[in-house]
Amino acid sequence: MALTASFLALVAKVLSGARVRWIDSQPDPCQRVYFANHSSHLDALVLWACLPRELRQVTRAVAARDYWERGPVRRHIAQSFNVLLIDRENIKVHQSPVERMIREIGTRYSLIVFPEGGRTAGEDLGEFKSGLYYLAKKRPDLELIPVYMENLSRVLPRGEVLPVPLLSCITFGPPMWLEVGEPKTEFLVRARQAVRRLKEAQAPA
Amino acid sequence: MNNFVWWPWQTPHRLIAAAPAPSNTQIFWMLGGVIGLLAIAYAATVLLKRYPEGTLNPALIERFIHRIRAWWIMCAILVAGVLLGRVATIALFGAVSFWSLREFITTTPTRRGDHRALFWTFFGLTPLQYVLVGFPRDLYGLYSIIIPGYAYLYISARIAFAGDPKRFLERAAKIQMGLFICVYALSFAPALLNLRLRLSDGTPWGRDSYLANAGLLFYLILLTQLADVFQMTWSRLVGRRVIAPAISATRTWEGFLGGVTSTTLVGALLWWATPFHFWECACMSMIVAVAAFCGNMVTSAIKRDRGVADFGTLVEGHPGVLDRIDSICFAAPVFYHLTRYFFADLG
Repeated sequence: MALTASFLALVAKVLSGARVRWIDSQPDPCQRVYFANHSSHLDALVLWACLPRELRQVTRAVAARDYWERGPVRRHIAQSFNVLLIDRENIKVHQSPVERMIREIGTRYSLIVFPEGGRTAGEDLGEFKSGLYYLAKKRPDLELIPVYMENLSRVLPRGEVLPVPLLSCITFGPPMWLEVGEPKTEFLVRARQAVRRLKEAQAPA
Repeated sequence: MNNFVWWPWQTPHRLIAAAPAPSNTQIFWMLGGVIGLLAIAYAATVLLKRYPEGTLNPALIERFIHRIRAWWIMCAILVAGVLLGRVATIALFGAVSFWSLREFITTTPTRRGDHRALFWTFFGLTPLQYVLVGFPRDLYGLYSIIIPGYAYLYISARIAFAGDPKRFLERAAKIQMGLFICVYALSFAPALLNLRLRLSDGTPWGRDSYLANAGLLFYLILLTQLADVFQMTWSRLVGRRVIAPAISATRTWEGFLGGVTSTTLVGALLWWATPFHFWECACMSMIVAVAAFCGNMVTSAIKRDRGVADFGTLVEGHPGVLDRIDSICFAAPVFYHLTRYFFADLG
């Protein structure tokens, strides 16, 4: 499992040619929520692979159970990088995804989430779902780190199986928190803007 | 210098037969010279960094340092090639092609409909070209036509099948050009290893010796890099008339002429490393210098069109692989074919 994990990280990095940048931010093993734009199946894997090894061990990506439990290969991959699988289809009241995430991370793990919900078609950033807000509200101590992943939608777009090995760029931004009494919509807009700002910071000067 | 039993990679029969060595040790002299020069240049940068209050522009020094680093890598690739043999050299060039194509396509916008065509460009056509070049028999008839001919047809057809008509011509042309420059053109540099060289009067030269051909490959790369440096230096020193300001603000007619003249001169003085006579060598160097300059201009035009400073901007923030090899890409096919028609036995 550990072997698959290191191997996966290597393949993901080579395939996506990912360059990692931390803007006003540092890798740190404290509990965090990385939230990123979502345009490719590779997103979770590449983001996870771009973290330093010590951080990888305490970081879990949140992903859809219906996708990652289809077939033994996907299941093995999901297990190796310790994915936190969430039901998208039958959400129960007492088993809401946010509850589960909070329970699973305890005081040790960080999370990778994609608040757009599903993969968006192109480079454009979709509206954020409210999960991030509830997560931040229940665990206000978690650092929220915006991440922008560029070009991954070109490496492996929706509906394709074979990747084109273009060079991508992963940018980690400065941490943010839910302000006291901040309304849900405002917070979600602010979070979305944080990711979008990183996209603009991407453009060469 | 009539045999070199001390090279471990010599084939055993050569050791036993102790055949008079063909004139193929030149590559070691060239390599030695280049590594010496690079060492001096490296020492110079260390000094420049230590005394930053000099009059030179720090950005200029930074670029110089990057360029020297790139040259060390090129040297390392060529030395590895000399040590490991023909197939390894071709494979290394294949890797360089793959990487520069990656940079090229990353800089170019593509659409969803191009995905499958791109996949096969990267994992089908690029390796295929190098397999054909590296084939034990010289498959010139195939590797000289497969990309400009059949890959061209394939890419346009594959994009058409994907069913997205928007900017069709533009998209097809972009992929084709990337494949042509980064893969096809560059592959003619290692294809030099396939030639059976002779002098212009028909006397065999360095026959059956891998080192002779490797020396010629080294010579070509050395010339293109010299052409780059001379052109930049002349442009900086006496450059006045900019050739095309919108494409490159620093390339001038003075730099072009000075660069071509200097490269011709230095290239001709290295005639002893090639199957060319002095004057032939001067002509070849001149043509290489002009082609190298054309390569620079074309990639500059592509970069300006895309609004990036370098192909590596997205990746490293400094020049990428393609920025370094553009001159080789243009010079290699020209040099290869001239050598093939005038200085090689065919068949």
